[in-house]
Amino acid sequence: MTGHAHAQDPNVAHHFENADQQYQSAKLGMWVFLATEILFFGGLFCAYAVYRANHPEIFVFGHHFLDKSLGALNTVILICSSFTIAWAVRAAQLKQIRLLKVLLALTLACAAGFLSVKYVEYSHKWKHGLLWASRYSPEAHHGEQRDHAEETGAESAASGETTESSPEAVQEGLERSKIAPAASGPAGLAVADERPGEEIVAEPKNAQVYFSIYFLLTGLHGIHVLGGMGAMAWLLSLARRGAFDTGHFTKVDMVALYWHLVDLIWIYLFLLLYLID
Amino acid sequence: MMDLQIASNLLSALPEGTEPSMWMPPRVSTVAHHVDWLFNFILAVSVFFFLLIVVLMVLFVIRYRRREGHQAEDSPSHNMALELTWSLIPLALVVVIFFFGFKGFLDMTTSPANAYEILVDGQKWNWSFTYPNGYVDSNLHAPVQRPVRLVMTSADVIHSLYVPAFRIKSDLVPGRYSKAWFEATEPGQYELFCAEYCGTSHSDMIAQVIVHPPGEFEKWLEQASNFLETMTPVEAGFKLYQVRGCQQCHSVDGSAKTGPTLLGIFGHTQALADGGSIVADENYIRESILEPAARVVAGYEPVMPTYQGRIKDEEITAIIEYLKSLSGTE
Amino acid sequence: MAVATPALAGTDTTDNQTPKNYLNASRGLLSWFFTLDHKRIGVMYLIAILSSFFLGGVFALLLRTELLTPAQTIMDADTYNKMFTLHGAVMIFLFIIPGIPATLGNFVLPLMLGAKDVALPRLNLASFWLWMIGAVFAVSSIVVGAVDTGWTFYTPYSTTTGTAVISMTLGAFILGFSSIFTGLNFIVTIHKMRPEGMTWFRMPLFLWGIYSTAIIQVLATPVLGITLLLLVAERTLGVGIFDPALGGDPVLYQHFFWFYSHPAVYIMILPAMAIMSELMSVFSGKHIFGYRFIAWSSVAIALLSFLVWGHHMFTSGQAGITNMIFSALTFSVAIPSAVKVFNWVATMYKGSIRLATPMLYALSFLFLFSIGGLTGLFLGALSTDVHLHDTYFVVAHFHYVMFGGTVIAFLGGLHYWWPKMFGRMYSERWGSIAALLVFVGFNLTFFSQFVMGSQGMPRRYFNYVDRFTSYHQISTIGSYVLGLGFFVIAGYLLHSLVRGDRAPANPWGGATLEWETSSPPPPHNFDCEFRAGDPYDLDDLRYDPEIKGHVRRDPESIRLHPKGAQQ
Ligand code: HEA
Ligand code: HEA
Ligand code: HEC
Ligand code: CUA
Ligand SMILES: [Cu+2]
Repeated sequence: MTGHAHAQDPNVAHHFENADQQYQSAKLGMWVFLATEILFFGGLFCAYAVYRANHPEIFVFGHHFLDKSLGALNTVILICSSFTIAWAVRAAQLKQIRLLKVLLALTLACAAGFLSVKYVEYSHKWKHGLLWASRYSPEAHHGEQRDHAEETGAESAASGETTESSPEAVQEGLERSKIAPAASGPAGLAVADERPGEEIVAEPKNAQVYFSIYFLLTGLHGIHVLGGMGAMAWLLSLARRGAFDTGHFTKVDMVALYWHLVDLIWIYLFLLLYLID
Repeated sequence: MMDLQIASNLLSALPEGTEPSMWMPPRVSTVAHHVDWLFNFILAVSVFFFLLIVVLMVLFVIRYRRREGHQAEDSPSHNMALELTWSLIPLALVVVIFFFGFKGFLDMTTSPANAYEILVDGQKWNWSFTYPNGYVDSNLHAPVQRPVRLVMTSADVIHSLYVPAFRIKSDLVPGRYSKAWFEATEPGQYELFCAEYCGTSHSDMIAQVIVHPPGEFEKWLEQASNFLETMTPVEAGFKLYQVRGCQQCHSVDGSAKTGPTLLGIFGHTQALADGGSIVADENYIRESILEPAARVVAGYEPVMPTYQGRIKDEEITAIIEYLKSLSGTE
Repeated sequence: MAVATPALAGTDTTDNQTPKNYLNASRGLLSWFFTLDHKRIGVMYLIAILSSFFLGGVFALLLRTELLTPAQTIMDADTYNKMFTLHGAVMIFLFIIPGIPATLGNFVLPLMLGAKDVALPRLNLASFWLWMIGAVFAVSSIVVGAVDTGWTFYTPYSTTTGTAVISMTLGAFILGFSSIFTGLNFIVTIHKMRPEGMTWFRMPLFLWGIYSTAIIQVLATPVLGITLLLLVAERTLGVGIFDPALGGDPVLYQHFFWFYSHPAVYIMILPAMAIMSELMSVFSGKHIFGYRFIAWSSVAIALLSFLVWGHHMFTSGQAGITNMIFSALTFSVAIPSAVKVFNWVATMYKGSIRLATPMLYALSFLFLFSIGGLTGLFLGALSTDVHLHDTYFVVAHFHYVMFGGTVIAFLGGLHYWWPKMFGRMYSERWGSIAALLVFVGFNLTFFSQFVMGSQGMPRRYFNYVDRFTSYHQISTIGSYVLGLGFFVIAGYLLHSLVRGDRAPANPWGGATLEWETSSPPPPHNFDCEFRAGDPYDLDDLRYDPEIKGHVRRDPESIRLHPKGAQQ
């Protein structure tokens, strides 16, 4: 290839003019990637929003079963980790390799902490059978309850009287399903809920959907956390092999960006799933 | 917008001929002309621009084709005036197209208040039309020159009711009511298709629209409705077998379709999916119709829809009588 | 590697004469599988994607054969339903979406920039292997009972049918990420790797098209990802967001799906338009007309494409006002497309037009895409769409734009850059014969579908009423002609790899940078760097009969470093 000055510099790939061009490219690439990540989660948030708009009662009901204090704890943990990794970038820029290793280790520890807290939460739900739809079984009699709803729904579906409700049904376009839920509104189906330790709340129909969404969102986020941990372990090994001694901090910077996003998304999850009712 | 109004009024005053053209099937509903003239209008626009482009293209190829002694001549490589012309003229045209498309759509979707209402149920893969007096038929019968509103829903997946001759189409979405309306201008028989893909027999989910001459419709409904009285139970059961969609999944010649054949099941012992077995008596058959999933026949999927609330007891009795007749046990 | 091996063989025989190029620089399949060279990745993509095109085409011919007669001809209803689903899914997700960007884009983009490679070569290779994995998933669904949902996977049908929906959707999911990475890579490359002097408005229009495509790829595809994920969750976990029985909304799925899949149709056409701009200029021997308008209209189309998805749902019972807005926005997309078409025609004016094979395809693009696009207007207008929705009119529309537009332009580009890619010329005579076959066969196949569609023939119909028989039979015969055309193409292209004449560096007289290097290019693309000028200034090129190619009157005019600094 053409003999450029940088041909020696091990950190610059052959097809780049110089280190800056490479850094700029990596940075832009990362930002675009983060944009796709946001859209990815955006889809789920959208589904959440639509379903919530149609059945607010389900979410009000569901969020009582999440432990706010554990959620808050996790939020704090992640914010700390964001801080440590930001600092790690600085360390890498200043070639403070020992500090860099410590900070990366700390971030990794935070991430692990986050996941273990999530584990506690999940296992609690598992015990009470508060799982996604097909595995949802807090009480035995819910099953029949639901079947019954289907029937009444089917009847009213065919009988003439429901046609009154049809005009707005058409105008509204994207409106809630008419047959199953509407035929017997949430209140009608409410059953007193004697779950020990929980305040008594009337369980609306289809409450399980809340938990499905909960597991989808937190699960997907969890996977991203795992990915982040992998990336940080990789950085650590690089640091040990002295990859950052030359002050080449691009990789650390990229992982940090990614990690901030993972953190940000969690804050939204905490808001949407644990807090608002 | 004002003159657009006038123009559209003029155009909606078009003669409502029914004769089919190269492009369009016969036109037999009051809203059909909205579709047809806009179709022809867009067609005209399209043909014009298509010819413009292709003719110019061909002329240039002939005129400027590379050959001995022919050089590319200098000419400007951009021209604001031209660019604006060929952006703005199409723009104006599409605004017109959009406006009339929307106007026609409103007329096609907002049904008159006094419309005669028929309930439509779609289910794999047959239609059932419920008339105000509760009578159910697998074909759509309608009076001529009288607005009819269809209130539609689906028992399983999405279907779509499509009558080319009326230019109407509307999806049947499970868990929701959708509406369509039409006013037929000519008595006769027209095709009704299912336009939304719904599985194996999607392309056989076809019904007939029978438009009755003035006065005839009421007579037809009258005598069709009390078939339970006019017919023998067996005949009535057979009619129900045809119009309530059993036919779709059950043969009466012994061959298995989506469901087991109904030939000779009565009194016969059925092996069930759960390993047990049962003698098909009146109660079992009644159950099979109202709660099909309760006892599933071995070797079949539990896909039979429940007729719970959609079928009268007398009708079930009639069906049972019919099934008996198939087993030769009267 | 069916095609690659002869390609290698072809160059093997002549190693001693030819300097090392990217094809013969290193040997063995592994040197291909793990290459970071955008040219080799492009070639691997080309082989993979043409194979899936072949697969999809075979499904298509089976479809057409079944439709020769009403009711059963060669397969039963369920098989037919699986057949059109596979045809659609393979053609869309495996062939046309990655299509031009991943093959020609990968190969040409860095060359046009005068760069050594794309910005992120590893990501580039990763996206190829992701494509492979996705393809395996998708195709494996055929083995495990195929899918019968239609390529749109509408709920609740897709959540209740017994067929292999999951492996197909997972396949599409993975393919989506492959496409995201390609787009991401191109965005970064175009932003950061442009050489000195190549301002945005000195970029060849091909790059503008690929860039706009990339925007859609990165912004729309993630939503498809999550949609398919939700669909899988719906089936496996019974989530219920799309299930009315659980208070969900099946129509919501359609919004999700089309939010991706409408922009996706512009992922298909923008690269095709990008190729058109190159072909029209080079083969008219003239500077492209209205450069800036073509450039901006690409971006405009990319952005507007996100606002019109609802036009696929006019009859789904969505609110009238929603329909109105989507209809209005739909038409707005038509304008930039119109602008492009007119500018291409204007480019021919006073030119010196050469009817080489690529130009034949460019001309049929103008013809076919105009029909396809204009019929989009019938579908965008509310009242007419109510009648035409889900009929063969729609089927004809999208084949005219996807096949008459994208595939035709793809073929044009393939023939245009073939000499650069493999260093061989194909037979012009066979080239034009095949182009004619494809043009005639295509119109035979799909024009009759417009008529039967507006006459009321619904799509996805295994069985049909008798009055449509003759239309279907014309269509089927046409599809055989079409198939024949493609086999001719495959034939002479493969033949050229071994027997074709050596290609000069610049066989057509293009002024973009890829023609400044040898055919096929060396592994590192260029022996010098460039001061980019106007990519459509064809004046300082002249034809040199000696080498049967074009050369610059002053080769040094655009070079920064003198030639000859070999490694
Ligand atoms: C390459 C892919 C591609 C492209 C480029 C387009 C381009 C367009 N499409 Fe198409 N479309 C599809 C692929 C594509 N489409 C597919 C795959 C489907 C079906 C999916 C499924 O259901 O399976 C579909 C379906 C589809 C529908 C839904 C139909 C239905 O299901 O009911 C609609 C409705 O508005 C539509 C409209 C348009 C419009 C207005 C354009 C415009 O962008 C066209 C713009 C171009 C022109 C207008 C022609 C050039 C201009 C001139 C010649 C000058 C004159 C111009 C004017 C006077 C305006 N398309
Ligand atoms: C890029 C997209 C694409 C392409 C190119 C095609 C190509 C063809 N399609 Fe396609 N089609 C779709 C996308 C496409 N289709 C989609 C998305 C649907 C909707 C599916 C659904 O409803 O879910 C559909 C549906 C569809 C239907 C409607 C089915 C129904 O609704 O019941 C029909 C029916 O005629 C049809 C026919 C054809 C035919 C005859 C071709 C022919 O043009 C094919 C000709 C090609 C060949 C015969 C292959 C030859 C190839 C080689 C020899 C390899 C070598 C090639 C080179 C070296 C260049 N298609
Ligand atoms: C969508 C397809 C479908 C339709 C429509 C349908 N069935 Fe069925 N039916 C089935 C299937 C599948 C079975 C077997 C599984 C089961 O028992 O649920 C079945 C079982 C039965 C049985 C029990 C059969 C036996 O051998 O024990 C009877 C009786 C029956 N159906 C009657 C009817 C009647 C009467 C109608 C119409 C009013 C009808 N079915 C409509 C699919 C259908
Ligand atoms: Cu019902 Cu298609
Ligand atoms: Cu679209």
